[in-house]
Amino acid sequence: MAYQFDFGSILPHWKLLLDGVVLTTELAAVGAVAGVGLGILGAWARSSRIPVISQIVAVYVELIRNTPFLVQLFFIFFGLPALGVKLSEFQAAALAMVINLGAYSTEIVRAGIQAIPQGQIEAAQSLAMNRVQIFRYIVIRPALKKIWPALSSQVVIVMLGSSVCSQIAAEELTFAANYIQGMNFRAFEVYFVTTGMYLVMSIVLRQILKIFGNFLFERRHHA
Amino acid sequence: MPEFTLWDIVYNLLLAARWTVLLSLVAFVMGGFVALVLLLVRTAGNPWAMRLVRGYVELFQGTPLLMQLFILFFGLPLIGIDVSPWIAAMLGLTLFTSAFLTEIWRGCVESVNKGQWEASATLGMNFTQQMRYIILPQALRIAVAPTVGFSVQVVKGTAVTSIIGFVELTKAGTMITNATYAPFTVYGCVAVLYFVICYPLSLYARRLEGKLHNVSR
Repeated sequence: MAYQFDFGSILPHWKLLLDGVVLTTELAAVGAVAGVGLGILGAWARSSRIPVISQIVAVYVELIRNTPFLVQLFFIFFGLPALGVKLSEFQAAALAMVINLGAYSTEIVRAGIQAIPQGQIEAAQSLAMNRVQIFRYIVIRPALKKIWPALSSQVVIVMLGSSVCSQIAAEELTFAANYIQGMNFRAFEVYFVTTGMYLVMSIVLRQILKIFGNFLFERRHHA
Repeated sequence: MPEFTLWDIVYNLLLAARWTVLLSLVAFVMGGFVALVLLLVRTAGNPWAMRLVRGYVELFQGTPLLMQLFILFFGLPLIGIDVSPWIAAMLGLTLFTSAFLTEIWRGCVESVNKGQWEASATLGMNFTQQMRYIILPQALRIAVAPTVGFSVQVVKGTAVTSIIGFVELTKAGTMITNATYAPFTVYGCVAVLYFVICYPLSLYARRLEGKLHNVSR
């Protein structure tokens, strides 16, 4: 007996999928903004003159980059309550994404900073700029411009990775898909459609990041 | 109720970690093989084949690994192929790995100087000979570091297969947590074990990268 595909059986549940897309977008937005922010801070701390600070950041980066996101998520959601830190599903998912992206973007931003010619920094020093001013006005913008494509790819990877947050019952897109297939038993159809939705989301996100990058870096006048 | 010592937890996690290692190895080797075929198709010059491979890569890079696993796990039975979690995990990770390696290796092949292609063509070499004797040996040297680096992603990717019920390190962690009610300790140990597998690979990749930079300078 051949299997009859029934994609129509998903239609009544469109609202659930839409809610899932909204939550996935929220997670991705929080993760991207705070994660990249954390990455810039981390890269700044990594170049600190105080060795302890730089080493702590290095350990953080290596710990996160060498363990799976799913395990980090489980540790935060199931493990941390043992220390008295209780988070909601959304908070745990968002926190895991921020910490994860923060580690990757620390490394990426650091590579951009290292690519800044030493002469630029020396020139700024000779103008009596302090470290914060040099970082703010001389280093960070060209550094970010250089690594923007790599950073964008990492943001997309983290957005796609958020699908495992369904495992702690954060009600994002994959959670919605699981829920629907539990009601209509059309697992293949539901996951097929959901996969398509993720594909569209990753293409759109990539475009948004590209436009945002152009906006950030192509303006001639100084901010 | 039996008491679980830390050693009981670690011992059982170590047993499960064998499956993580095995799955990583299989996916990496088979994925590498598929990627090599796709790479040859992609560089051979047929525009339709090129577009097809590009679409394949974009499809796998633009969707979550978890969705790819779900589609295999729930989709293959529909066309009459019964799959166990192990088969679905192996197939899914192989396809995932092949897409990323194709893209990494394509970059390496393209970074070989164009003059090398032209010179070997002038010597009357055909595509196979050019690849075999001129391009791949040079591309391989550049490819080793990012390939080792990507192997870390494969190991971490195996964690996602726990969701379709394949019992590897992460799934074992969940099962042990349900028996011991000690999520902090168990997931901490799970993370440490992944770190022990992945960190040497990361270090090795970085060392290779450093070597390559020193040679080319």
